[in-house]
Amino acid sequence: MAKIIFITSDSEKIELEATSGSVMELAVQNGVQGIDGDCGGVCSCATCHVHVAPEHFAKTGPASEIEQDMLELDDDANEYSRLCCQIEVSEQLDGVVLHVAK
Amino acid sequence: MSENQTCVVVGASHAGVNFAFALRKAGWQGSIKLFDADPSLPYHRPPLSKAYLTSSDAIDKNLLKAAETYQKDDIELNLGVKVGRIERTAQVLHLENGEQVAFDKLVIATGARPFIPPIEGLDSASNLYPLRTAQDVENIRQAFAHSAQKRVVIIGGGYIGLETAASLKKLGGEVTVLEREQRILARVTAPYMSDYFQRLHADNGVAVATSKNVVRIETRDGENSVQCDDGTVYPADIIIVGVGIRVNTELAVQAGIEIDNGIKVNAQAQTSDENIYAIGDCTYHYNPHYQRFIRLESVQNAVDQAKVAAASICGQEVEYDTLPWFWSDQYDVKLQMVGLSQGYTDILVRDENEPKKFSVWYFKGDELLAVDAVNNAKAYVVATKFIKSGEQIDKAKLVDASVEFKPANLLSRVQVC
Repeated sequence: MAKIIFITSDSEKIELEATSGSVMELAVQNGVQGIDGDCGGVCSCATCHVHVAPEHFAKTGPASEIEQDMLELDDDANEYSRLCCQIEVSEQLDGVVLHVAK
Repeated sequence: MSENQTCVVVGASHAGVNFAFALRKAGWQGSIKLFDADPSLPYHRPPLSKAYLTSSDAIDKNLLKAAETYQKDDIELNLGVKVGRIERTAQVLHLENGEQVAFDKLVIATGARPFIPPIEGLDSASNLYPLRTAQDVENIRQAFAHSAQKRVVIIGGGYIGLETAASLKKLGGEVTVLEREQRILARVTAPYMSDYFQRLHADNGVAVATSKNVVRIETRDGENSVQCDDGTVYPADIIIVGVGIRVNTELAVQAGIEIDNGIKVNAQAQTSDENIYAIGDCTYHYNPHYQRFIRLESVQNAVDQAKVAAASICGQEVEYDTLPWFWSDQYDVKLQMVGLSQGYTDILVRDENEPKKFSVWYFKGDELLAVDAVNNAKAYVVATKFIKSGEQIDKAKLVDASVEFKPANLLSRVQVC
C-alpha cells in the first residue's frame, strides 16, 4: 500500500492509496482534476503530466526516453516532470507528492 | 444563467463524456444528461484492439472516468438507452422507450459504426465480428477461447485489422489479413510504411495478403471458408471485419440538420441548428491548418471538439484549431502520427541507425504536412513543432542521422522571401 498525494493546479490536495496499477489510473479513477489520460495509458498523449516534488524524485525516478521526448511538447515541463501513466504504483512511492501540471 | 437549462448529449464515448466534464468545468450550472445505447460505463476504445484484447481485464479496468466522478460533477448517465429521434423545433429528444427529454442545448456525439460489406454468406458466417465495442471484444475473446485451431481471417488491412492481427497472434492465433487494395494502410500512409508494416507482420508470423477481394463466405459445421475473387480460399474459425466505418448521422438527418460527409459543424462545433452541436467521429469540420473540411476518427478530435463545444456553449469565444494526431501499437512497434499526409508530393525517411526506429516525413514541396514516427517519440515531437510553426526544414540535415534531432538543428538557413 502506498499513499500518493496529488496537488492540483487549483491547489487542491488529494491523498489516495493504492497497491497496483499506474498512477494515472489512480488519478483518473478518483477524478483528480488535470489528469486526463486520453490515450488510456500508453504514453501517446502527454495528458497525465505531473511535477514530482523535488525531494521525492528518488521515489519515482526520472522519466524514460519516450516520456522525456513526449514531455518536450509541453512548455511547462522541467527536470522533475513525469507522465504518470508510466509510473507504476509500489511501496517505493509511499508519501510521494505530485503536482499536477497545468 | 444556465442554472435552469438542460444540456443533453447523445453518445457517451470519448467525445460525449469529455464534453460533459468540460461543460461542467466551463461553468455550466444546469443539468447535463448523457445518453448511450451501450450498457457499459463509458470506456476507452483505442485499447480494445490493442492491449485490452490481449489482457483478461474486464471493461471496468478501461473506463474513461470512474462512476463516482459522474456523480461528483452532477452528470446524469443514461446507459443502455436508445434515442429515437430529435424534435428540433420543440427541442425535445424522443427515446425509443417512449420517454421524452427536453433540451436547451443538444450535443450529438454518436460516432460511427463498423461498415459490414455486402459479402455473400456473411450473415450466416460463424464467429464473425467487427471490433468497435467492449461487447465485440468479449465476443472475440470467447470465440477465440473456444476455438481449437484458432484460425483467424481478418478482412481489411487498416489500423483496426492490423492491430487485431497483432493482438490475436500474441494470443496464439493463426492469423491471416486479407486486404482488397494492392497494399495495406493504402488510404493513410505512403507505400514505404505499407511495406514496413507488411514485413513487420510477416516477421511476426502473420500472413498479409493484398489484392484480395473477398466475395463469398461459406460456412459448414461452424467452419468458414473465405473466398476471394481470384479463386483463393482461406479457412477460418473466426472472422474479423475491419473495412472502415459508417458515420452515425441518422438522428441528424432525420432532424433536418445539414450533412456533408458527416454532420457538418462550424468552428464552434455547432451544426446548422444553433442549439445543436456535434462532436467527434461523426462530424465534418473545417481544419484551419490544412484549410479544408475533414472528418477524423480519433481521440484527439473527440477531445478537442468536446472542449470547443463546451466553451462555446458557456459563452466563451473559441475556435477549433488543432493538429490531428494518432497512434497505433502493433507488436513492439509504437507508431505515432501527426498531421494529415493527403496531397504530399514527396517523402523523406530519417533512419536512426537503430532497429525499428525511423520516421517518414511527408512534404508538399517544402511544406511539412505530416510525419509517421516508428518507435521515435522525438521525431513525433519535432515534427509537431515544425508543422505548427511552419518553419522550413533543411531536408539534407533531416535525413542525416548524425545531426542531433532538435528543431534548432534542422532549421533551413535559406529563408524564402
